[in-house]
Amino acid sequence: MNKLAQVEPVEATPVPVSKPARQGSLFSHARYVIGENPVTGIAFGMFVIIAACAIFGPLIAPYDPLASNTASALQAPSAKHWFGTDQLGRDILSRVMVAARLDLGIAIFSVALVFVMGGLSGVAAGFFGGWTDRIVGRIADTIMAFPLFVLAMGIVAALGNTVTNIVIATAIINFPLYARVARAEANVRRDAGFVQAARLSGNSDVRIVLTQVLPNIMPIMVVQMSLTMGYAILNAAGLSFIGLGVRPPTPEWGIMVAEGAGFIVSGEWWIALFPGAALMLSVFCFNLLGDGLRDIVDPQRRT
Amino acid sequence: MTESTSTLLDVKDLTVEFATRRGIVRAVQNVDLTVGKGETVGIVGESGSGKSVTSYAVMRILDRAGRIADGAITFSGIDVRNASESEVRDLRGREISMVFQNPRAALNPIRKVGHQIEDVLLEHLQASPQDAKVKAIEALQKVRIARPDERYHAYPFELSGGMCQRVVIALALACRPQLLIADEPTTGLDVTTQKAVMDLIVELTRENGMSTILITHDLGLASAYCDRVVVMEKGKVVETAKSAQIFKSPQHAYTRKLMRSTPRIGANLRDLLPEDMPVPLTPAKKTAGGGASLLSVSNLVKEYPRQGVGGTLATLFRRKNEFPQSEVFRAVDGISFEIKRGESVGLVGESGCGKSTTSMMVMRLLDATSGHITFDGEDIAAIPAKSFAGLPLRKRIQMVFQDPTDSLNPRFTAARAIADPIYRLGGLRGRDAVRARCEELARQVGLPVELLDRFPHQLSGGQKARVGIARAIALKPELVILDEPTAALDVSVQAVVLNLLEDLKHSLGMSYLFVSHDLNVVRLLCDRVIVMRAGKIVEEGETEAVLSAPKTDYTRELLAAIPHPPL
Amino acid sequence: MLRQIGKRLATAIPSLIGVIIVTFLLTRVLPGDPAAYFAGPAASPQAIEEIRKSLGLDKSLPEQFVRYVQDLSRGDFGKSLTTGQTVIIDIKTRLPASAELTLLGLIVSMLIAVPFGILAAVKQGSIIDHACRVIATAGVSLPVFFTGLLLVYVFYFILGWSPAPLGRLDAFASAPKHVTGFYLIDSLLAGNLESFRASLAQLALPTITLAIFSLAPITRMTRASMLAVLSSDFVRTARASGLSPRTVIVTYAFRNAMLPVVTTLGMVFSFLLGANVLVEKVFAWPGIGSYAIEALIASDFAPVQGFVLTMAIMYVLLNLTIDMLYGVIDPRVRLEG
Repeated sequence: MNKLAQVEPVEATPVPVSKPARQGSLFSHARYVIGENPVTGIAFGMFVIIAACAIFGPLIAPYDPLASNTASALQAPSAKHWFGTDQLGRDILSRVMVAARLDLGIAIFSVALVFVMGGLSGVAAGFFGGWTDRIVGRIADTIMAFPLFVLAMGIVAALGNTVTNIVIATAIINFPLYARVARAEANVRRDAGFVQAARLSGNSDVRIVLTQVLPNIMPIMVVQMSLTMGYAILNAAGLSFIGLGVRPPTPEWGIMVAEGAGFIVSGEWWIALFPGAALMLSVFCFNLLGDGLRDIVDPQRRT
Repeated sequence: MTESTSTLLDVKDLTVEFATRRGIVRAVQNVDLTVGKGETVGIVGESGSGKSVTSYAVMRILDRAGRIADGAITFSGIDVRNASESEVRDLRGREISMVFQNPRAALNPIRKVGHQIEDVLLEHLQASPQDAKVKAIEALQKVRIARPDERYHAYPFELSGGMCQRVVIALALACRPQLLIADEPTTGLDVTTQKAVMDLIVELTRENGMSTILITHDLGLASAYCDRVVVMEKGKVVETAKSAQIFKSPQHAYTRKLMRSTPRIGANLRDLLPEDMPVPLTPAKKTAGGGASLLSVSNLVKEYPRQGVGGTLATLFRRKNEFPQSEVFRAVDGISFEIKRGESVGLVGESGCGKSTTSMMVMRLLDATSGHITFDGEDIAAIPAKSFAGLPLRKRIQMVFQDPTDSLNPRFTAARAIADPIYRLGGLRGRDAVRARCEELARQVGLPVELLDRFPHQLSGGQKARVGIARAIALKPELVILDEPTAALDVSVQAVVLNLLEDLKHSLGMSYLFVSHDLNVVRLLCDRVIVMRAGKIVEEGETEAVLSAPKTDYTRELLAAIPHPPL
Repeated sequence: MLRQIGKRLATAIPSLIGVIIVTFLLTRVLPGDPAAYFAGPAASPQAIEEIRKSLGLDKSLPEQFVRYVQDLSRGDFGKSLTTGQTVIIDIKTRLPASAELTLLGLIVSMLIAVPFGILAAVKQGSIIDHACRVIATAGVSLPVFFTGLLLVYVFYFILGWSPAPLGRLDAFASAPKHVTGFYLIDSLLAGNLESFRASLAQLALPTITLAIFSLAPITRMTRASMLAVLSSDFVRTARASGLSPRTVIVTYAFRNAMLPVVTTLGMVFSFLLGANVLVEKVFAWPGIGSYAIEALIASDFAPVQGFVLTMAIMYVLLNLTIDMLYGVIDPRVRLEG
């Protein structure tokens, strides 16, 4: 009703500035963003390496990640064992490479799960409002009433100490984030002119959600996904660090850091450092990718 | 331009550049501007003309990306361009002040307005900590704020838009500067408030012998209040003239175009079109409202629960708006009116008067609390809005939306936007047939066919408006609701779009319900007008009759608020 | 004002109810035999049966829920199998250690992050700004347990500046007389500077670990909201009125920019309380986090449940405090309703 306030766009930025910038394809915009911020390009390179480890890890690892050899226990990094060996003589490089699959797998599955659940219920809540909104809002609020990692601990403890339950717990604690973003985006668009116009064109509500609202929200949700991937990895690794989910001798970054923790005070730094660094780099990589993706999709929200 | 009075501000050859990702953009090029002591100068131009940037350069408050590339700015002997930051700071607020558009945003939302005025007084040593409060209250009193000692403690959100603008003016005039720059000071305010604010500015600046620069997109407003008018286009000054002269004998083609397209008393719709545009075949002649009744609304009511608590950042998602009190707010309070076939009816009122709610109910996007909406003999108010979308009736009532950008799905091409209603309700099947219909519609609304495959962000405002109109007429509706269809457009584009709407009405035999806040625009297109206020109809009648002899005070007030350029 | 506080308190009630229901559901409705959980892994079938009876698990769900709420209202969180104490006593004795660490971590990170974020926004595009962006992204990528280990390696093993990462006090110092449970405060109250120094030395590394962890989100938010405020209309008005940069930044921009930062604090606390658990494990900190981990490993469920409940209640109360703080800063919230 009071759109009148914007009778004339503020002209602090002259029109020719913003107009041509928005023209052109998403691709050229992506190229611009990467050109402006080469870090995104580097992050993408890192992502390819991590993904290669996750897919081909067991094939390209130099040693069997589970084979222990007490004779060569606790060796510092050398030409033979680039990352050294642990207390059982297992090759740390191989273990770090093989672990990528499990760590990424947990993160991807949990994020995909929450993407569907949180996204759909958020869109429904935002678009239809009413009791749908109230129920989804209440669920999200209740989850948010817990410190999220603590809730994840509780869920895994109650559901049982398995990898599947880590995936579920990680998805649950991310639910409010997804539901809120989707809700807010859907809510903004609920009364947008183009949605009203679609109603006038004879579209049903469900059809409007599918053809008008969802495609417009999708980019933002995808960005959200890549931003929370890092958090999901951290969360899963944190749970296994305190002894939940993954059990030894399975190679996993969190549990490997936990195993190496005891040796830090006696100076065997490599056992904890390499899996920790792998964990850190992959989270860093996903966060950078998420930021870059957001710049591409939504230039206004750049920080 | 020779001035009898001495020059206060002298801008010579000003060029302002902005660094953007596409390289350097010149927002202002070689602009010359002088303001004499006690003179009021208007800078007029459409969006992107560089008028605001010029004033920001004078105050040296350009964005980080912008810089003064060339030229000289002299303010009462001081070289502003090369002055140090602290020297300029002494000028700002004390010698040159500024009033901005959107007054509510121009004030610090979490600081009492009195304290904000004190800040300025103390900064420029116009008050001591002991008497700052007294002086701040004085400043509020000067801008005719009632009970200034109470308002001193108010936060901006507790004041109306017009009141906020008064506070901004008080802030600007607190140190009795020599020059006031008013940047679209009335944009975003209600029509009646606009006049009060403009009158206040003029009165106070005259009283103090100040000079004023009025920046506006409205040539009428500028020439009504200014001694001299500077017209800008695309960063350049195209014409400078005395107000009276500029309307009598505009020199530059752009000024003529701008002037012609400004709605004014005595001009009809065709007069607004540029000189070089071919005159449409159908003469703009008002049809006599003699047709059969198409739509009749009786006792229409829409109630909303009164909401005490709005969403805040912290509670945006947490708290649902329960409806605690049984109190309800009547947005539309029992109105009745009729639209005949082939007739255009204007629904006019200020924001919050219920005109948009009414149009949404007629549109069947919103359910009425009670009342009847009879369309061609059928009571459509009885059909819930939810199920209306699938009915054949849907085809017969369509709408053109306020904001052409907001009303187009950013992911649909123009063709797909226009084709959507055809696929859903048009009964037309087959790609080629639909495409052909889209092209036919594009030609009807004057949209080049090659633009059909573009996305909204690749189209100009006027082109987007045309896409919206093409979509609305795609199903050959009988009633089209125009919800401020030109509010987001520049005046020259507005003139063309209004003419297009008029032509389409005749060639397709449609009826219009034109919802607007602007009597001056409604007048051009409508046979009858309905004036609404606070959910009720205040006045209704033939357009000419209402405009020439308004029956109620409120309509008179609305009419008086339209600036009258000297003719 | 009192009514305002009452109103805000009321908003916390649904959250508390939600927390109680969820913790109840976690133990009773999920697959598996809760009695077996509570009895621990080594219990005989008879012991499990006894526990089932004593916990009322043979009754219907609503009855169990009523009993659960009654127990909670009496402060009965069950008994820990590993320590042999009631859970409430265990948590009471260990909570101050966790609280001292978390709060100190937050304070340290706020003291660094807020000025840093402001500086980055004010000097946009400068080296500080770029550093801020790197830290904001890198900081959230650090696994908190990994940072802790790195710090231990550098400051304990290599440099020897820090004492062994084994709890709140080294073996030779004695704990100060219990007043608040916060060693730093208690030792000062007792005038025991030696014990103050010792506990500060122990606190330093875990505090820094937590501070590094929460630095990123606070810096990022401060910078972003400061940037938004600096480009707002009212800052432009303030600048056009010739106010000094100091007034513009402090009086006009800063207070407005703090509003979203205060809101973010809720999220930061959520992360901090979680990270606290991991940090406690790394530094063998005798707080409720390591208590919960020990119980988890031993499949001793009552302490875990008590821990989750305590953390959630604390978090709800923290959010309440943040809400009230917001109300103090923002008159728009204060005057509503």
